[in-house]
Amino acid sequence: MSDAIRPLIVGAGPAGIRAAQVLVNLGIRPVVIDEAPSGGGQIYRQRLVPDERSAKDLYGSEAAKATNLHETFAGIRDRIDYLPETLVWNLRDKAADAVTGHRTRRIAFSHLILATGATDRVLPFPGWTLPGVFTLGGSQVALKSQGCAIGEEVVFLGSGPLLYLVAWQYVKAGASVVAVLDTAPFSAKLQLIRGLFAQPSVVFRGFRYAAELMARGVAVRFGVQPLRIDGTARVEGVVWRERGKEHRLACDAVGYGFSLRSETQLADLAGCRFIFDERDRAWRPERDGAGRTSMPGVYIAGDGAGIAGADAAELSGERAGLALLEDAGMSVYHARIGVLERKLACISKFRDVLESAFPFPAVWANGIADDVTLCRCEEIAVGDVRAAVRDQGVFELNRLKALTRVGMGRCQGRMCESAAVEVLAAACDRSPDAVGRLRAQPPIKPIPLEVAAEGEAA
Amino acid sequence: MSRTLHRDVAVIGGGLVGSSAALALRRMGFSVVLLDKGFCGAQASGVNYGGVRRQGRPPEQIALSQRAHAIWPRLKDLIGIDGEFVRSGHLKLARTGAEMASLEAYAARVADLGLDLELIGGNRLRERFPWIAGDVMGASLCAGDGHANPRLVSAAFAHAARHAGVDILEHTPVSHVEKALDGFHLSASSNTDIKARFVINSAGAWAGPFAEAFGEPVPLYAIYPSMIVTEPLDVFMTVNIGAEGGGIYARQVERGNCIVGGMRGEPLAEPDFSRPTGSGAVTIMNRAAALFPALRHAYAIRFWSGTEGEMADRNPVIGFSRTTPNLIHAFGFSGAGFQIAPGVGEVLAELVRDGESRTPIQAFAIDRFARTTQGSRADNGPEPKSRETAQ
Amino acid sequence: MALLKRLARHELPLVSFTLNGETCSGRAGDTVLTAILTQSDRLRLSDFSGNPRAGFCQMGACQDCWVLTSDGGRIRACSTVLEPGMNLRTITEPRS
Repeated sequence: MSDAIRPLIVGAGPAGIRAAQVLVNLGIRPVVIDEAPSGGGQIYRQRLVPDERSAKDLYGSEAAKATNLHETFAGIRDRIDYLPETLVWNLRDKAADAVTGHRTRRIAFSHLILATGATDRVLPFPGWTLPGVFTLGGSQVALKSQGCAIGEEVVFLGSGPLLYLVAWQYVKAGASVVAVLDTAPFSAKLQLIRGLFAQPSVVFRGFRYAAELMARGVAVRFGVQPLRIDGTARVEGVVWRERGKEHRLACDAVGYGFSLRSETQLADLAGCRFIFDERDRAWRPERDGAGRTSMPGVYIAGDGAGIAGADAAELSGERAGLALLEDAGMSVYHARIGVLERKLACISKFRDVLESAFPFPAVWANGIADDVTLCRCEEIAVGDVRAAVRDQGVFELNRLKALTRVGMGRCQGRMCESAAVEVLAAACDRSPDAVGRLRAQPPIKPIPLEVAAEGEAA
Repeated sequence: MSRTLHRDVAVIGGGLVGSSAALALRRMGFSVVLLDKGFCGAQASGVNYGGVRRQGRPPEQIALSQRAHAIWPRLKDLIGIDGEFVRSGHLKLARTGAEMASLEAYAARVADLGLDLELIGGNRLRERFPWIAGDVMGASLCAGDGHANPRLVSAAFAHAARHAGVDILEHTPVSHVEKALDGFHLSASSNTDIKARFVINSAGAWAGPFAEAFGEPVPLYAIYPSMIVTEPLDVFMTVNIGAEGGGIYARQVERGNCIVGGMRGEPLAEPDFSRPTGSGAVTIMNRAAALFPALRHAYAIRFWSGTEGEMADRNPVIGFSRTTPNLIHAFGFSGAGFQIAPGVGEVLAELVRDGESRTPIQAFAIDRFARTTQGSRADNGPEPKSRETAQ
Repeated sequence: MALLKRLARHELPLVSFTLNGETCSGRAGDTVLTAILTQSDRLRLSDFSGNPRAGFCQMGACQDCWVLTSDGGRIRACSTVLEPGMNLRTITEPRS
C-alpha cells in the first residue's frame, strides 16, 4: 500500500523532520531534501564538526528540543531517503528537480510537504550593504554554527523576538554587544502582558533576556528610528533618532532584521493559491489548519506557511504528515490531531501578541531616502521605484520588477521584496496587499550551467 | 456605470505591434484606443529573447525587416529610451558542412536585399571570436543586426502611445467585437463599450478568436519560447549569436548577464502564464556551457518564458481582413516578431490612413490559409530546426 | 582585517587553504565564509557599483557571498564547507 505513497519533504528543519517522523511511523518512506549538510533547519542548525560547546551553550532554553529533534532525525535516517546539500530548484507535474553540487535529478513524488522555513525580513537603510552588516539570523548562524561573533563591538537593531534572543546569546558567548536598538516603542512591549496567559514561559524568558542585557551594561533603546550605518569599507558606527534626537554609537558590526519572511517560492511553483496574511504583512500559501494547500497532495508546514516559530513548526509538521496520511486513506490517531490543533491555535494567538509587541515599522517607507539601495543584487535604488510609479504609473510588483529590475537578481527578491512592496505601496498610495507579490520562477536559487542531468529533469 | 468611447481606431492587444501601431496612428492624427487583457507588453513582446535580427528571415520578410531596421536606432526619439538596443551584429554559426552550405545559400538568396552578410570560415572565426568553442565550421555575420531589452522596449512603446494621447486600457479584455453599419462595436470588461471605424487585431497568441469571429479561422498556436539568464559576468560575448539549424541562441547585455534560449516552455494552469521546463533549461544551460567556455563555471539565476502566437507556416498574418472592411490583422509572428514589430506598427498605420502600405505585405495575407485549415500543433520540445525563433 | 571574531572552536584542527595566493588557515567545520572573514573584511565587490560585500544572511538566501576558486569556479561561501587545500579568491577587481 505504502508503495504508492512516495512523499517528498522539502526542508529538514523542525517541520520537515516531524512530518517525516509521522510518515515513517506508518511505514512510509519519504524523500527528504534539505539544502544544509545536516538536519535541524536554521533554528536548530547543527555544527559541521562537534566542538567544546554543549547543546545548552548552543540552544539555551531550547536545548532539549534541539537535541530531541536531532535524535529523532538520526533515528529515522535509515527509513527515509535523505538528500542533504541538495536544492529543489523546480517543481512540475508531481516531480521535483533537485541539484546536488553539479548533478541534477528528477524526483517524482505522490505527495509534497513543503517545510521551507523563513529568512529574516530586512528593510534597507543607508549603509545596509556594508561589510559587517548581517541579518539577525545570520548573526545567530555565525555564533551557533561557527562560534564567531559578527564583530568586536556589535549592535543589534530592528524588531522581533529574535532581536533580544540573539543579543542575549552573544553576550552569553562572551561577545561585546554595544547596544540593542528596538524600533518599537517601549509601550508596545506592554502588549506582552496579554501573552502571559498563552505562553508565560516565553514572555518571562523575553523579559529576562532584556533585563540581563541591561544588567550587563548593554544599552537597550526603544522607539529607535535607524538613520544610517556609518563606514566606507566596513561598519564604523550606527546612527539613529530617538525621541527627536540623533544618537551615534561606534561599532564594527550590526545585526538586524524585522521579524521573518516565509520562503514560498516552491509553493508558488507547485501552483498553490496564496492569500495575504495581515499579521505577517505578506502573501503566503493558503492552507487549512492541517497544512493542506489549495493543491491536492501538497501540504505546507513551519515558517514557510506563515511565521509562527519553531514550536509551531514541529507541531504543524506533524499535523501535515497526519493530514497526508488521512488523505491517503490511512487511519490516524484522532486524539493527537486535536492536541496538535489546540496547541497550534494557542501559539497563533500568542503570535498576535508578539506582532503587537514587535510591530513592523510601517512608517519606514515614507522616511527612506531615494538614494538608498533597495535591491542589493541589482543595485536598484528606492528612488528608482518611486520614479517608476511617478513616470510609468506602476502599481504592481511584477511590473515593477520588469521595469526596474528590483527583485531580478541572484536572490530573486528574497532580500528586497518586503521593502519593495512597502515603497511601491506607499508611492502609489495602495495597501501592501494590493501591489501583489513576485511570481516565482525556477531556478529558485542559482544553479550551475554545467550541471549533469540524471534522468530527465521535470 | 458603462461608458462608450468613440475612436477612429481600436487596437486589440498592447504588445509591441499594437503599441507601435497605436503610437504611429496617433501621430498621424487619429484617435486611438488600445485594449489589453493584462499589462501592455507582458507577453511575447516583453519576454522574448530580445534579438533584433534581420539575418535568417525568409526573403518575403526582409523589406518589412529593413523598414524596422531604420527605426531601432531612433528609439530614444520615438519612445524616450534606447531600450538597450545595441548594434552588436548577429553571428549565425554553422556546426556542420551542410549548415555552412545552408548559410551560403541563404546569403546568395538575399544578396540583393541589403543585409550585407559576411561569410566567415572556421579559422577566421576562431581568430575573430575566440570565445566560441567547439567544432564550428563557419558562420554568417550580419553586422547591422543587434539586440535590445524587450521588457523595456515594449512597455516604453505603450507608454509613449499613452503620452501621445492614445487611450490605453490595460486589464481590459475585449469580450465581444462586431461590425455594424456605423462601424465596429467592442465590448470590454469594466463596462466599457467602444465604437471605432477601424479595428486592428494585434492580440498575439490570443488573436485567433477575433479573426474567427469575422469568419477567418487561422492555424494559430501558442508557443512558449523560454530563456535562461546567467549571473552578471565580464562582457565577452560581443555579438548576438544564433545557430543555423537552431538549438541555441545567446546574447550578453551590457550589465553582464547572458541570455540563452533555444528550448520551449509550457503553459501553466492559468494559461496566460508559462514556465520553462526543467529539462529544457538544463539542455540549454549545458549547450551554452559547451559552446562558450566563459560560461563553464557560470550560474543561471533566472529563467523566463512568454506566450507567443505561431502560424502553421511560421509567417505572420499582416493586412486587411478579406471578409470585413476596415478590420486589420497583425499577429502570429511565430517567435520572430520583436525586430519587425516597430515596422509593422508603421505599416498598420499606413493601412488605416491610405488603405495600403508602401512596404510589401502580400505574403502575409490572411486568406493564404483558406485552403489549408490544419497545421501541425507546436509542442514543447526543441524549437524547430528550420529557423531560429524568439529573435 | 578580520570581520568575524572567533569566540569558540579554538581547539579544532587547523585547515590550511590559500586565499588570494596567500596561505591561510581556518578550523575544521568552518564555512568558507567564516574562514575568509576571520582573516579579511570582504568577499567580493558588488556587480554594478563595485562596493565591498561580505555576505549578509549566512543561510544561502541572499547570494551575496559568492567567491571564486583558482580554476574559475564559483562558491557560495556561507554554504560551502572549508576543505584542506582550497584555493580561493575573493573578487577584488570591479567587473569589466
